[in-house]
Amino acid sequence: MKKVYTNPKHCVNCHLCKVYCVAAHSSSKDVLKAYKEEGLKDTARIIVEETKPISCAVQCRHCDEPKCVASCISGAMRKDPTTGIVYCDTSRCVGCLTCVVACSHGAVQPGPDGKALKCDLCRNLSEPACVANCPNGAIAFLEKEEK
Amino acid sequence: MLLEGELRIPSGCAISGMINRRGERFSGEDVIKSIALMHDRSNGLGGGFAAYGIYPEYKDFYALHLMYMNQSCRDEVESIIKENFSVEIEERIPTRNHRGIEKPPNLWRYFVVPKDYKVHESKESEDDFMALITMQINVRFNGQACVISSGRNMGAFKGVGYPEDIGEFFRLEEYRAYSWIAHGRFPTNTPGWWGGAHPFTMLDWSIVHNGEVSSYGANRRFLEMFNYQTPLQTDTEVIAYAIDLLVRKHKLPLELAAKVLAPPFWKDIDRLPQNEQEVYRSLRMIYGSLLMNGPFSIILGFPGGIMALNDRLKLRSLTAAEKGDLLLVASEESAIREICPNPEKIWYPRGGEPVIARLYEEVAI
Amino acid sequence: MKHQALPPEFSVIRNEDKCIQCQACVRQCGFDVHQYDAVKDKVCANEEKCVNCQRCVMICPTNALAITTNPNQYRTNSHWNAVHLQNISRQAATGGVILTGMGNDKPMPSYFDRILINASQVSNPSIDPLREPMELRTYLGAKPDQLKVSSENGEIKLAEPLSPQVRIETPILFSAISYGAISFEVCETLARAATNLGTLYNTGEGGLHRDLYQYKENTIVQVASGRYGVNHEYLNAGRIVEIKIGQGAKPGIGGHLPGEKITKSISETRMIPEGTDAISPAPHHDIYSIEDLRQLIYNLKEATRYQKPVSVKISAVHNIAAIASGVARAGADIIAIDGFRGGTGAAPMAIRDHVGIPIELALAVVDQRLRDEKIRNRVSLIAAGGFRSSADVIKAIALGADAVYVATAPLIAIGCRLCQKCYTGKCSWGICTQDPYKTKRVNPDLAAERVHNLIHGWSHEIKEMMGGMGINSIESLRGNRSHLQGVGMSEKELKMLGIKHAGEAI
Repeated sequence: MKKVYTNPKHCVNCHLCKVYCVAAHSSSKDVLKAYKEEGLKDTARIIVEETKPISCAVQCRHCDEPKCVASCISGAMRKDPTTGIVYCDTSRCVGCLTCVVACSHGAVQPGPDGKALKCDLCRNLSEPACVANCPNGAIAFLEKEEK
Repeated sequence: MLLEGELRIPSGCAISGMINRRGERFSGEDVIKSIALMHDRSNGLGGGFAAYGIYPEYKDFYALHLMYMNQSCRDEVESIIKENFSVEIEERIPTRNHRGIEKPPNLWRYFVVPKDYKVHESKESEDDFMALITMQINVRFNGQACVISSGRNMGAFKGVGYPEDIGEFFRLEEYRAYSWIAHGRFPTNTPGWWGGAHPFTMLDWSIVHNGEVSSYGANRRFLEMFNYQTPLQTDTEVIAYAIDLLVRKHKLPLELAAKVLAPPFWKDIDRLPQNEQEVYRSLRMIYGSLLMNGPFSIILGFPGGIMALNDRLKLRSLTAAEKGDLLLVASEESAIREICPNPEKIWYPRGGEPVIARLYEEVAI
Repeated sequence: MKHQALPPEFSVIRNEDKCIQCQACVRQCGFDVHQYDAVKDKVCANEEKCVNCQRCVMICPTNALAITTNPNQYRTNSHWNAVHLQNISRQAATGGVILTGMGNDKPMPSYFDRILINASQVSNPSIDPLREPMELRTYLGAKPDQLKVSSENGEIKLAEPLSPQVRIETPILFSAISYGAISFEVCETLARAATNLGTLYNTGEGGLHRDLYQYKENTIVQVASGRYGVNHEYLNAGRIVEIKIGQGAKPGIGGHLPGEKITKSISETRMIPEGTDAISPAPHHDIYSIEDLRQLIYNLKEATRYQKPVSVKISAVHNIAAIASGVARAGADIIAIDGFRGGTGAAPMAIRDHVGIPIELALAVVDQRLRDEKIRNRVSLIAAGGFRSSADVIKAIALGADAVYVATAPLIAIGCRLCQKCYTGKCSWGICTQDPYKTKRVNPDLAAERVHNLIHGWSHEIKEMMGGMGINSIESLRGNRSHLQGVGMSEKELKMLGIKHAGEAI
């Protein structure tokens, strides 16, 4: 299964992956509108860790045996059997945030709407937005062997 | 004002050449017929011929053919000639009146040998001395007087007019040569003047050329380093000088000199066997500035043979044919068939592949 | 007042309707211009620090930023312009030498912009490079005047081998930029692009980093006055050894790498202590005259067993023709001439802007002088100094160069926008800095492709223009000045360049 991998050697700490993640998950799919009109500012599902001079963008690993799915009390967190993508069906999410605690990678965050916020590999798009828009080619969408 | 060629669509010049490899000499009638067939390739502003073997009784003398635009430069040139050479014969070149030829210049020929002490003083070889004096005359008189040819047992005949008219004007049917080359001109780059017609000669070399040398600036500046000057401002000059440098001075075989003018492409050199690769690569590295770019077909005349060559992309036409001892080349097949209706073999040489015909060994010079 | 503040040179214009406070500009600016105010949730700018490097403009996802000249203007004065006023104020404050980076930016006359190229028509067909072979291959090295061949069993062979020749597939090489002036990532980028293009890059005076030895087939190693990084292994690692006598940006003085930029890695590669300023001496202290140069040239040839051509790089100065003639006779196989537009990581502004002459004139007179003395074949000429496009390259070759060196153009391809602050080591693009936070910004995978694209595009344009002139082989363009004509030049300038005026019969 292809996943997103970031090479810290090339990550320049610009945080643009977060900006395009927000836009990709908005209704307008436009950066300006997503921020200014839809109010989606702090809803990026990718996190940039920095300890200067090193930085790296990290996100959900879409584990084979996801702890978030196991811990979800409402069945909102699920792993798509065909694609393997682990995503949250927010219509079922009750905001208990057990998944936030359960994830050993720290990949789930509480969203501004109280619900779970997590990378879904842009499952409705042809390519993850962070991969397509990293200005320095630090983020790639690969099979594990290609790493 | 009608500028030559610039208001018309040029179809290029015309060239033709033939050699009897047994050394049997024949008149200029055939080559005139051949070039006359290609009448529409010229515009009447230049035509000329070179012939080899025409002065057997004076074969050890340099035959200087000169043209003078006025009397005073004739006096001056003659004094230079007499200072440097012993003159065996001096006479007018025989011509006849021809309505196609207007206001011809004064045409004279001198059979000479350079004076020994003059050659010695110059510290050059006899040939180099000859080349030096003729170049000096051409540079100094800059169009007012011009050495048309200065080889031994050969001569060039050229001027402003259609080539067949020039041939008749010079009474070429009266000469006997074992090889003839001919040219009809459609000039676009230099004004139509008698000295600018082809063939261009240097010592025993003569060249007729259909084409335009786009590498002229690079060729000329390379040759200047070897003391060649270019007073006639034509592309053809550099081809003649290049051959002279490569073959006479640097002693390369004629086949290799042809490969300097029209070398194989690098990608083809890369596929040759090791030894050949080295030779052709070095040839291009050293003589790259003598690569003749731009479309051309040329015929080179020299004592004992002729060579015909196309540029590497074959942007000008050239046909060759053989019948018995005769080898013919021309811009068009029809020009060959006009005088040789049933050749044994007829072919179109590839771009960059020279056609070299020499007198058989038993009759070679 | 003890200290007179200068007004900021630039204004940062932020379109608040478009700014989404993503802070990319804050993180990417190398000069601490942009700041985020968390209380007001607003990004604002300290304009006095802005150097107009354009990094923030490029990185902003909504194109909310624009950098302009500060609308505050001194009273118009053609003689005492803003640059002079600023320089004088700065020197009054510091008493130091005003430094700058990259090449001369002053409006001196350009000759390339007044030379036009020929095209064939009618009597000479132009050639289509997509359908016919168009040869750009060039061999650099000394050539003999004559080819000597011998005949054995009817087979023709070389009678004498030629002196060493280096083959490049396009007449464009990467000029000297030292590791130290630029980051390792940029060195790697140039090395990889050169390898893919079949040409060479130049180490400059920074020595050769161990990890770059893998590209040795495409490396020119430079021996400069500081002799940084020069040892036996280094000399044998390159295809060509180049002695740097001068560079176009600062003729008469040596290289300058401030101590801030000397990291551990650079200290190892250059063989000097960390943190010390690396100021190369003005002359090589063993070359005080032409015969000394000859000695060094032959020392290097001995050290490399006569297997490599030796190049000598000189700046274009007033007596360049005589100097070049001397260098050719001293045994150089290649002469590189760097004109006054050449770039640098650090140079005093006064020298960069006022010392040296244009490469067009230098090249023309050197080529002609070598031909007059009949020694042109002894050297290959490489021209350098601010080549901006394929047209500049073609004009240089037609004037007489065998090949050209480019450096500023590939750096622009990587991202440089000529803010001229290279000497600070703060480059926001990560190009001329050693700060590990910034050097990551050049990803050699992406950057090498951009540089490759640039030179590939230029090479194709050169082929198109050659084809237009009816030429299919670069040897026929070299020194072929008939294909150049000038406009807006004096008689003297035309004569020095050896070209005719536009419209004149050739």
